[in-house]
Amino acid sequence: MSETAIITENLTRRFGDFTAVDQLSFEVKRGEIFGFLGANGAGKTTAMKMLTGLLSPTSGRAEVSGLDVYTQAEAIKKRIGYMSQKFSLYDDLTVDENIRFYGGIYGLYGSGLQQKSQQLVESVGLEDVRNAKVASLPLGWKQKLAFSISILHDPAIVFLDEPTGGVDPVTRRQFWEKMYEVSGRGITVFVTTHYMDEAEYCDRVSIMVDGRIDALDTPDGLKRAYEAASIEDVFIRLARSAKRGDE
Amino acid sequence: MRTFRGFVVKEFRQIVRDTRTLVVLFGMPVIMMVLFGFAIRNEVNNVQVAVLDLAKDAATQSIIQKLGASESFELAGTLESYDEVEQLFREGDIKEVVVFEAGFSEKLIRDGVANIQIITDATDPNLANLVQAYTTSIVQDYTASLNSPAQGQPAGIQPVVRMMYNPELRSVNLFVPGLIAVILMLISALMTSISITREKEMGNMEILLVSPLKPHHIIIGKVLPYLVLSVINVITILILAKFVFQVPFEGSYLFFFLEATLFILTALSLGVFISSIANNQQTAMMISLAGLLLPTVLLSGFIFPVSSMPQPLQLLSHTIPAKWFLIIVRDIMLKGSGLNYLWFETLILSLITLFFMGVSLKKFKVRLQ
Amino acid sequence: MSTIVRIQDVSKHFGRVNALKNISVEITEGEIFGFIGPDGSGKTTLFRIMTTLLVPDTGSAEVLGFDVVKEYKKIRPLLGYMPGRFSLYQDLTVEENLHFFASVFGTDPEENYSLIEPIFHRLEPFRGRLAGNLSGGMKQKLALSCALIHKPKLLLLDEPTTGVDAVSRKEFWEMLTLLKEEGITIVVSTPYMDEAELCGRVGLIQDGRLLQMDTPEEIVASFEMPLFGIKSDDTYGLIKALKSYSWAHSVHPFGESIHYTDRRDTPDIEGLKQFLSEQGVEKVEIKRVKPGIEDSFMALMGSEEVHV
Repeated sequence: MSETAIITENLTRRFGDFTAVDQLSFEVKRGEIFGFLGANGAGKTTAMKMLTGLLSPTSGRAEVSGLDVYTQAEAIKKRIGYMSQKFSLYDDLTVDENIRFYGGIYGLYGSGLQQKSQQLVESVGLEDVRNAKVASLPLGWKQKLAFSISILHDPAIVFLDEPTGGVDPVTRRQFWEKMYEVSGRGITVFVTTHYMDEAEYCDRVSIMVDGRIDALDTPDGLKRAYEAASIEDVFIRLARSAKRGDE
Repeated sequence: MRTFRGFVVKEFRQIVRDTRTLVVLFGMPVIMMVLFGFAIRNEVNNVQVAVLDLAKDAATQSIIQKLGASESFELAGTLESYDEVEQLFREGDIKEVVVFEAGFSEKLIRDGVANIQIITDATDPNLANLVQAYTTSIVQDYTASLNSPAQGQPAGIQPVVRMMYNPELRSVNLFVPGLIAVILMLISALMTSISITREKEMGNMEILLVSPLKPHHIIIGKVLPYLVLSVINVITILILAKFVFQVPFEGSYLFFFLEATLFILTALSLGVFISSIANNQQTAMMISLAGLLLPTVLLSGFIFPVSSMPQPLQLLSHTIPAKWFLIIVRDIMLKGSGLNYLWFETLILSLITLFFMGVSLKKFKVRLQ
Repeated sequence: MSTIVRIQDVSKHFGRVNALKNISVEITEGEIFGFIGPDGSGKTTLFRIMTTLLVPDTGSAEVLGFDVVKEYKKIRPLLGYMPGRFSLYQDLTVEENLHFFASVFGTDPEENYSLIEPIFHRLEPFRGRLAGNLSGGMKQKLALSCALIHKPKLLLLDEPTTGVDAVSRKEFWEMLTLLKEEGITIVVSTPYMDEAELCGRVGLIQDGRLLQMDTPEEIVASFEMPLFGIKSDDTYGLIKALKSYSWAHSVHPFGESIHYTDRRDTPDIEGLKQFLSEQGVEKVEIKRVKPGIEDSFMALMGSEEVHV
């Protein structure tokens, strides 16, 4: 397996006259925790959709886990995991049913699935509520469960869209500890977040402004380059100059 | 393949857990079977018939007896003179008058021919047709029983049929009033209920509640546009009916509009009531369609005559506002009736309206819970 | 300074869920009070009781001197309320939304325009745009303008900064500070701990309970134990090692460093350093750091991570 999990070259997506993503060129190393930041409307969601095979680019090149996003989108979907804040689990199914459903979709079944399912449930501490409907769980537990399910099939890369929104500080940290663990196993973590302090947990961080990446470095590197005390300050400095945010 | 199967299993699970969907999936077909099965009648049962017997002899008595014995008819009264016929029809309960000419039996024996006049209330042309056909066949039955070989002379009774109020039996005359009712129900009730629940769904209702707007302001404000739209619709339909389909309009336009406005208010109050028991648009729509529109179409007499339905359904039809409105509209348009004939139906509609408005206002929650 | 909001022993449940458990709060005129807590902590329920949209099961609540249950009609016209999701009419324009909310409160946009001007002027060029087509930050400003247009005495903002980017959040709080100077009492709820420092007083709320209520400084000062920030190149290795340390009381990642508290009254830092290098964690830096609101919150939550 190559050392590069994701590589893009001049990746662009236009919607009519509007260029949502403008010539994105960057690389994500295997096993990295890569923070993908940007204001609302900067193009983050569009970029992620292209990398997860949900949207075709207008031009440019991109490879996810060695697969081409234009021609091998279906193969990409099998190799990656995905979790978004807005939706991940079916509220009217139980914890167990959700695990089996998603496992099944990714080709896990039988005793293999049972084993993994057991491991998962233990690792997030949900053994007692296995047969409870997901709707009855507190938000923090749901998020943890959703994340674990997204890596159930041992994907090469996991894409996380605002995974810790609205969750209490302790659960947030538990989440990030899991992300460290996962990254240690060699799974690449591609995550977006609104919490600037979480950017510090990442190996490298990119900040998108007006469809382009305006900054990409380690958290320390960024703070030094912009003479800022925190990633939040770096972000604010870059975002204030954006043309797109104010609409 | 397993991927696919897992997905199918999930879908089944979700459907089974959603009680609302289950009610629609299993409850609706049953309700529809019952309603459609019993409502659609091409037979005639218990139609009220009056008799004007100018001869009062053996033959007429036999025929009258036969009519009374039939399941289709119920002898509701006897008339003494022709003048009473018009009045009787206006009152609305009698659907047919059978007139026997004076000296019936004598003419039959002497000339071999006697006249029966069958007068039907053709504001409902389907019913009128059926009623006339049944009556004629009973008469023919009697005629056949007379023509035994012993008599020698063929006997003939000639029924002359007169369809009152709708001589050409034009079904458009039947449909237009019904259409007005259905369209008004649709716009006023359905759209109002959706509009109010949409506000609830989107969360804007919270801000409105906290504001100085009083509950009745909110309700009236929501209802007013649909009132105006409905009135415009009524005018449009009338214009089309009169000029394109040549539906007659015997009665007073002013009276008609007053009654139409009353019915619009009834429909609106039902719409508001539905929105007070539904929490989202989907529920409001389902209740409006299944609970209001469907019964309106089936049980109001719009298409299928109510008198032919089984008793329980007939009782149910009394609760449907459109049924009363239909009587009002048909009578105004085709019979030219005024308030003196229609006061009862008008009163019922008014009571229904006041009832639902009152309940809705009471139920309108000033809070979220 | 009078008491604008007085909540005493309020509880509220929905079915089997206890959303609020014996909450008591007093909010003074002219302050900015923040309810800080994660999703599901009960913030929205509390707001709905204050805006008289829900009735408490037990206890009593008074807003602007009136009882929320019996005198709600008197309270409502005096409130400015911005519920979650902003509650704007997506299919009306910016201008139409403002006009609507003004008229519903018996005024017009011109009357109190000076109050909302600093907020609204950014929306001026977009007056004719449908509210549904605005960005999150713009919707936020519009919703705030609509809540203020009738110059309310009390402004209740339920999670006004959720889902909005960092720049807009900062601007929003700058606007709130301006409003405070007009004498309007502001009650805000937010899941962002860093916004707590911008409030005059703060109530930390979790699971329907008020953990602590005080000024941000006092809350931080009440953090009893010495706090250490520990850094290393291998963050994950550091976390694992610290959690396995027998003297560890709490171990929480905090951006660049790990916040650590020790179970001993006088922690042995040298001993800790040695332990860490034995565990193979290199280039360790240990500094004494000042606790922030988030540290206090987590300590109060009582779910310390130890010995995993």
